[in-house]
Amino acid sequence: MNSPTGFAQRAAVALSDKSLRANFRRAMDGLMEKRKAQFPDRQALEALRDKGAAIRANALSKLPDLLERLEANCTANGIQVHWAATVAEGNAIISEILGKHHARLVIKGKSMVSEEMHLNHHLQQQAIDAIESDLGEYIIQLAGETPSHIVMPCIHKNLDQIARLFADNIPDQAYTEDVDALTAAARRVLRERFAAADAGLSGVNFAVAETGTLVLIENEGNGRLSTTLPSLHIAVTGIEKVVESLSDIPPLLALLPRSATGQPITTYVNMISSPRRPGEKDGPTEVHLVLLDNGRSKVYADPHLRDTLRCIRCGACMNHCPVYGRVGGHAYDAVYPGPIGKILMPQLDGLEAKGDLAHASTLCGACAEVCPVKIPIPDILVHLREESVNPTGAVAHSHFSGTLERTIWSMWTMVNTSPKLYRLFLWGATRFGNLMPGRLFKRWTLVRTRPQFARASLHEQAASEGFGDG
Amino acid sequence: MVKNARSSILARLRMAPESVGVIQPDWRPAVIAEPERQNRFTTMIEAAHGEVHPVESQVWPQRLLSILANRGIRRLLIAPAHPLGRALAEAWAGNPDAPELVPYDRCVEEMKDTLVHGIDAALTGTAGAIAETGSLVLRPGADEPRLMSLLAPIHIAVLEANAIHDTLTSMMASQHWNRAMPTNLLLISGPSKTADIEQTLAYGVHGPKELIVLIME
Amino acid sequence: MRTLDKPEKVYFFGTCLMDTVYPEAGLAAMRLLKREGITVVFPQSQSCCGQPARNSGYAPDAIEVATRQLDAFSENWPIVVASGSCAGMMRHHYPKMFAGTNDEARAAAFADRIYEFSWFLVHVLKIDLRDHGEPIRVAFHTSCSSRREMQIVDEPLRLLSQLSNVTIVPFARETECCGFGGTFSIKQPDISSAMATDKMTAIVESGAQAVVSGDCGCLMNIGGTLEKAGHPVRPVHLAQFLWERSHE
Repeated sequence: MNSPTGFAQRAAVALSDKSLRANFRRAMDGLMEKRKAQFPDRQALEALRDKGAAIRANALSKLPDLLERLEANCTANGIQVHWAATVAEGNAIISEILGKHHARLVIKGKSMVSEEMHLNHHLQQQAIDAIESDLGEYIIQLAGETPSHIVMPCIHKNLDQIARLFADNIPDQAYTEDVDALTAAARRVLRERFAAADAGLSGVNFAVAETGTLVLIENEGNGRLSTTLPSLHIAVTGIEKVVESLSDIPPLLALLPRSATGQPITTYVNMISSPRRPGEKDGPTEVHLVLLDNGRSKVYADPHLRDTLRCIRCGACMNHCPVYGRVGGHAYDAVYPGPIGKILMPQLDGLEAKGDLAHASTLCGACAEVCPVKIPIPDILVHLREESVNPTGAVAHSHFSGTLERTIWSMWTMVNTSPKLYRLFLWGATRFGNLMPGRLFKRWTLVRTRPQFARASLHEQAASEGFGDG
Repeated sequence: MVKNARSSILARLRMAPESVGVIQPDWRPAVIAEPERQNRFTTMIEAAHGEVHPVESQVWPQRLLSILANRGIRRLLIAPAHPLGRALAEAWAGNPDAPELVPYDRCVEEMKDTLVHGIDAALTGTAGAIAETGSLVLRPGADEPRLMSLLAPIHIAVLEANAIHDTLTSMMASQHWNRAMPTNLLLISGPSKTADIEQTLAYGVHGPKELIVLIME
Repeated sequence: MRTLDKPEKVYFFGTCLMDTVYPEAGLAAMRLLKREGITVVFPQSQSCCGQPARNSGYAPDAIEVATRQLDAFSENWPIVVASGSCAGMMRHHYPKMFAGTNDEARAAAFADRIYEFSWFLVHVLKIDLRDHGEPIRVAFHTSCSSRREMQIVDEPLRLLSQLSNVTIVPFARETECCGFGGTFSIKQPDISSAMATDKMTAIVESGAQAVVSGDCGCLMNIGGTLEKAGHPVRPVHLAQFLWERSHE
C-alpha cells in the first residue's frame, strides 16, 4: 500500500493554500471555457483529433527513419544536428557549442526540454548567463522558481506578487500593478538582453522531416527574437517531436493553440529551415539542433506506453484535470505536471522516483477526452500501476514494496472467486460492518460519514423476492 | 561520444516492436469561398488586435501617410531592395510631413543599435495571407530581412487582396512549399501579446505592439 | 447505435457496492424491469466486476474475478447493470483484458450483452413513466464512467423528465469528477475530500432537494459528504428514485 507519498504530502499543502487554489481555479476555468469556444462543432473536433492522433502515431511508427531524414535534410540546409542520449550529454553538447563561440549570455525562448535538462543551472555553473525571455518564464526566473504549467509557467503567481518581483529586481522600476506597465518594463529589460546575447536557445514544437524545418509557435515574439537576433541559435527537442510531412503541420496547428489557450492560432508561427543564407542581412549564422533521448527510446519500446510520446505539449489535459486544478503544478515536483506528467515522469525518471504520480488520479478521463492527439491517458496510468505491482522491466526502476497491499488483493480475489466465500463476506459486511471501529474509516471520514451497510445484502434480498438464479 | 549517442538511440528505437500500420483519416479543412476570404481574414486579424485598411494600390503611399498621422512615427524602416521600399521612398521623397525613411541596407551586425532603438515602425510586404486564421504569410529573405517585422513597435504589412488563400493547407499545397523552404517562413496573426500576468491580455511584449495591414485592392 | 428488441429475460448484475450498501436500489431496478414484463434473473454466483483490482494495477487478480462473472452469466441473455462504472468495466475493458486468452471470444460476447440500466430503459424498453410523487427538485450526477466510457448522459435525464413533478436543477461544474475514484478516495484522501466537498457545495447551492445518480460509488461519496456537513439533500440511486416515483 502506498504510504503517504511525496505527492500526497505536497498536495495536502497546496490544498490548504487558498490563494493558490483560487488562482488555479480561475485560470483553469478560463482556459477550459476558451478551448470550448474554439470547438463548437463536436463532429469536426473529433475528425480533427482523429487526424492529429494519426499524424503523431504515424510519425512514431517510423521514428528512427524520420529522425534520420530530419537529420539529413537539416544538414543539407546548413543546420548542424547533434544527438544526446542523456541530459548530461545534451548539456555537454550545448556547453561545447557555446564555448566555441565564447558565449557568455544566452537568451532563451520557452523550452520545456531545457527545463528537463536543468540547462540554466548547468550553464550557470560555467558562468554562462541564461536569461528567460518568455514573460511567464522570466517572472519565475526572477522568483527563483520552476514553472507550474507547461504553457503558462506563472499561473500560480498573483498580480501583486509579480509587481513586487519587478519592483525588487528591475532597476528604476517603481511598484505598479498596471499590467501594461509591467509588460513594457519586461520588454525594455529583455530588449537589451536580446541585443547583447551571444546565443539564443529555443525549443521546437514540431520538426518536419520532409523539409528539415523547425516549427516554433508563440504569442510574444521572444521566440522569434531569440532565434533571429543572436548570431548563434541552438534548438533543443525531444526525439519524439518529429513529424513526417510539411502537410502534417496545418492540422496540428489547428489543434495545438486551440487546445492550449483557446486561440485559433498563435500570433507567430515561425518556420526555420536554415541559418543565414548568402545575401541575407540577419538571422543566425549558425543553427544547431540537439535531439534529446533521455528515456524516450525506452518509452518507445513498449507498445502500451509508446502513445505517451504522441504528446504535443498543449496542456489541455492539465487544464481539465480536477486534481491538477486543485493542487497546481508544483505539487507534482516534476518538469511535466498534470496528466501527461503522471504518465511521462514515471517513465522518464523511473517508478521508484515518480511512480506515486501514476496513482494520483481518479481515472475520470477528462484528460483523454480533450487530448488533441487522443493519448489514452487513463489506460496508460493503469498500465503503469500494473508495472509497479508486477515489474516487467518496461519501465525504469520498478520496485514493488507493497506486500500488505498484495496480500489484501489476494484475499479479495479469493473471496470474489468463491460464491460461498462471497456470500459469507456479504453476511459479515451486512451483519457486522456497521460495528467496525471508526478508525478503519479514518481517511474516508475526513469529510464524509461512514458507509452504512444494509441489513441484508442484495444477494439475500433478490433471492427472497423471487429473482431466481435462472 | 556524439556518434555513439546517435547509433545507440537509433538502435534502441529499431529494436522496439513494429507499430500496427496507421490509417490516415481523410481530413479536410473548411473551405472558404473566394468572395468571403477578405472578410474572414479581416475579422480574424482584427479580433487579435490587428488593424486593417483596404487601400487602392495606386495611392497606397499617400494613404499610409494619413493612416500614420498623429502616431508620432518619426523613423520608418524600409527594405530599399524591395519594390515596396523603393515605391515608398519615391512617393515620400521631399515630403516634410513624412517620417524619415531608414533603409535596412547593411547587415544586422552593423545596424543593431538603429534596429533595436532607433526606429518607430517598419514596412514589409507579405507573401499572401490565410483567411481561416487571419494570418499574414511572410517570406523574409535577402530583399527583406527577418527583423523588419519583429523589432519595430509598429509593423506595417502590405497585402495583395488577391493573395488571400482560404486555409494553410490549401496555400501550402498550391504553392508547393515542401519543395523549397526559405530560411525563415512566418505566419503573423496579430501584434505581439501575452496573458501571463493573471491571464490579462497585454500587447507588445517583445514583438510589435501594433500591426497595421494595408490590403491592396 | 446498438439495437435490441425487448427481451423476455435479462440478467441483473448487482455490483458489490449495491450488494453491501444499496441493495434497495438493486431491488428497485429489478422490480422496475419485472413491472415492464421482463423476467429478471439474479445469479447467486456473481460477485464483483473486478474493477477495483484492475484500477490498482492487479491485472491477474482482476482477470480471475472477471472470469467468474463470465461463468455466472453464461446464458445468452442481456445483462443489465445499474452502474456506469461497472458497465464500463465489463463492456469496454473485459475484451481488452481477455484478448489473447482462451476466454477471448467468451469475454467479447459477454461484453456485447452488457447494458447500462438507464440506457436499457430508454432504448430497449422505451419505458413511459408516470409520476406519483410530490414536486421535487433534483440534481443529477453523471459518473465519469457513464459520461466518458459509456457515453450515457441524456438517458437518465430523459427518464427523469418523464416524471412530471420532478424538476432537474443544474449545478456548477457538472462534468467534473466527484473525487471518489474507488481506491483514490483512500490513497489520496486530501484531494478526494476537496473534490467531494466542491461537488457537495455545488449541489447544495443548486437548491436541489435530492441528488440522483446512476453510480453507487459517487452516491456514497457525495451522500456521505452531504450528511457529514449536515445538509438534508437526499442521495438516491436513479433506479430507486424512478421506482419510488412511478410506483403507486
